[in-house]
Amino acid sequence: MRIALFVTCLVDTLFPQVGRATVTLLERLGHEVTFPARQTCCGQMHVNTGYQREALALVRNHVAAFEDAGVDVIVAPSGSCVGSVRHQQAMVARAAGDERLALRAEAVAARTHELSELLVDVLGVEDVGAYYPHRVTYHPTCHSLRMLGVGDRPERLLRRVGGITLLELPNAAECCGFGGTFALKNTETSTAMLADKMRDVLTTGAEVATAGDSSCLMHIGGGLSRLRAGTRTVHLAEILASTEGASV
Amino acid sequence: MAAGSRATFLGVPRILGLAGRDGGRGGADGGGGPGGARAGRPAPAGSGFLSGDRPFPDAAREALGDTQLRRNLAHATGTIRAKRARVVAELDDWEELRTAGEAVKRATLARLDEHLVRLEEEVTARGGQVHWARDAAEANSIVTELVRATGQREVVKVKSMATQEIGLNEALAAAGLTVHETDLAELIVQLGHDRPSHIVAPALHRNRGEIREIFLREIPGVDPRLRAEPRDLADTARAHLRQTFLRAKVAVSGANAAVAETGTLCVVESEGNGRMCLTLPETLITVMGIEKVVPTWRDLEIYLQLLPRSATGERMNPYTSTWAGVTPGDGPRNVHLVLLDNGRTATLADPVGRDALHCIKCGACLNICPVYQRVGGHAYGSVYPGPIGAILSPQLTGVERNASLPYASSLCGACAEVCPVRIDIPSILVRLRAEHVEERSRARVPSAEALAMAAGAWVMSDAGRFAAAGRAGRLGRALGRRRGRVSTLPPPLSAWTASRDAPRPPEETFRDWWSRTRAPRDGQARHNPTAPDDPTGREGPTAPDDRRARRARRARHDQETR
Ligand code: SF4
Repeated sequence: MRIALFVTCLVDTLFPQVGRATVTLLERLGHEVTFPARQTCCGQMHVNTGYQREALALVRNHVAAFEDAGVDVIVAPSGSCVGSVRHQQAMVARAAGDERLALRAEAVAARTHELSELLVDVLGVEDVGAYYPHRVTYHPTCHSLRMLGVGDRPERLLRRVGGITLLELPNAAECCGFGGTFALKNTETSTAMLADKMRDVLTTGAEVATAGDSSCLMHIGGGLSRLRAGTRTVHLAEILASTEGASV
Repeated sequence: MAAGSRATFLGVPRILGLAGRDGGRGGADGGGGPGGARAGRPAPAGSGFLSGDRPFPDAAREALGDTQLRRNLAHATGTIRAKRARVVAELDDWEELRTAGEAVKRATLARLDEHLVRLEEEVTARGGQVHWARDAAEANSIVTELVRATGQREVVKVKSMATQEIGLNEALAAAGLTVHETDLAELIVQLGHDRPSHIVAPALHRNRGEIREIFLREIPGVDPRLRAEPRDLADTARAHLRQTFLRAKVAVSGANAAVAETGTLCVVESEGNGRMCLTLPETLITVMGIEKVVPTWRDLEIYLQLLPRSATGERMNPYTSTWAGVTPGDGPRNVHLVLLDNGRTATLADPVGRDALHCIKCGACLNICPVYQRVGGHAYGSVYPGPIGAILSPQLTGVERNASLPYASSLCGACAEVCPVRIDIPSILVRLRAEHVEERSRARVPSAEALAMAAGAWVMSDAGRFAAAGRAGRLGRALGRRRGRVSTLPPPLSAWTASRDAPRPPEETFRDWWSRTRAPRDGQARHNPTAPDDPTGREGPTAPDDRRARRARRARHDQETR
């Protein structure tokens, strides 16, 4: 299948290894990955911070980048950005009175999947042939869980990874406190939430905390790193891309 | 001020005329852009205890430092959350009930004017009197006058959010009248000279030990050996309240709902103290927000199922009281209903935000909210805290008076998942943030954030500019003192590094990696010849340049993680 990668602005600029892992994984499964070069950002941060008008240009760019990508499906290694594509872009276009753009955004959104959704629902695989001999706990990020409803898809994928020890995260469904600019505007409340999430991660005894969103991992990982906690964060795509021959 | 005042009423019909009677989104008022729909604010703004004297982050900072409060909140919200989850899981048709609850509220608010007029007619026909109040001050003066007219000096109260909202206790006290809260938790709050911190459990921020101390200090004649056991504390309150009930001639209540078709008011509660207030006194004055009306008893049935399970985790609340006007020889002889606007009509004018008025005040969104659980109710400033408070308070007062509340959420969505009437709280929060940003820009308030957002949008709406910025970001690598970790950043990002490290920008963005390893060879796309459907048969993944790319990648990876 021809799959367009929407790498997301955060992964592009700060966590390129997550994008590379997504490519490696999908190619290993026998698919063709393209990278529409016009893409930048879905506009979520602008929308969620109240800058809907400014987000319009981003929505316009995103839709233009992907509508003619010549692919069947679009994938992003981020539940949050897919949530924005599905639930915010058309709304932003409508608020600006651009119904045509809203319809085009909806058409792109209909083809856009989060990585675990793509693998399980579209490509029909749970065993992706990965090997990752580590103790791992999975944090189901808020937007994957509640905005997209990815359910247990990521865990189904992780359970089939060779060598892995999956450890259940207590209070898993609770937010890590990231929330985009929330982490800056309400930094102390955000930190209190992060402290509890880190406590839960550390009680599992995992060496790796994983999730489907680099933003939440940046938050949890940033806290763990500050504490020198000895547990690191790794994106779901990186685990699924790892094989006996190569860890990504 | 009675029935004849309908002509001067609130402007609800006029607003609804503008907003479209279907109550739908995206109607004539749907395209005005964020904030546009409310620009004129023809309806009265809410006043009373709807906003605090400092921004949320400042109040939250103080609350977060109170370790006793943190423990009390975690314990109480955790207990109610677990009970709610248990009883909700018992019902097969919970989702249908929620959908019905949402639909009936939406349909009712779309014809609110008609239902309110019907309610007034039915209450009046049964011997009650209806009064209309634009805002807190008007409602307070109506109630004060009604109490004065009875010649009584004291009032017993049923737990009520509407009267907390308007600050009725304070207004009555200022008029020289004595107010007795009779709900156990409200009594604790009143005796503690405190403010409620939760819409269902007003004293949720207090633990037993603190309640014991309040009782010992404030209730005359309490045995100093009083133990901090729920039973003993309840007995103490009961003994204290009993005399008051028997003496009281005037009661003030709120209402969980009003049924328009029969003019019936309804209060649900757990203790029976409300029932005492609703039946023993001679005069009963009920203050109710205009959004609480439902057309029929069949509609009420939905909420009587949704509310107790969501609010207290009970299958059914112990006491449900209903009354319509005056019943000779039974209960109060003078029955009044004060219909309160206080910003509700203004809220109705917003096609998205108006859903906040669907709220049945169950508190489930507070108990599930990770922010509320840590900071408690007082940090929100308003009597409506938590997620519902963050969308309701700014709409009742106008967003400029509660500008920090729409941001008091990580948008995690847990609230929307539990809300019994399916209010999409995160979307309304986002809507209100946009309204606030618009308002600031209209008022030409300069802000570094607005500049940064505009610049960000300019950069990110173009791949060329964005790629250049990404490469410039690598300069940020110099900021990292330790490998792969940045521990201090300049403002405003210093708020991030106050408690978390930041990632060091990588040597190569994804985009650059892609064009270095893929794009030069075959344009945008790269065919994988191992794919069964590949028609081109181009060289495999072991092609020399691919191997080179992989080696480079491996080297980089090792370097970064070493
Ligand atoms: S918004 Fe929903 S969950 Fe929150 S108090 Fe109102 S009805 Fe309950």
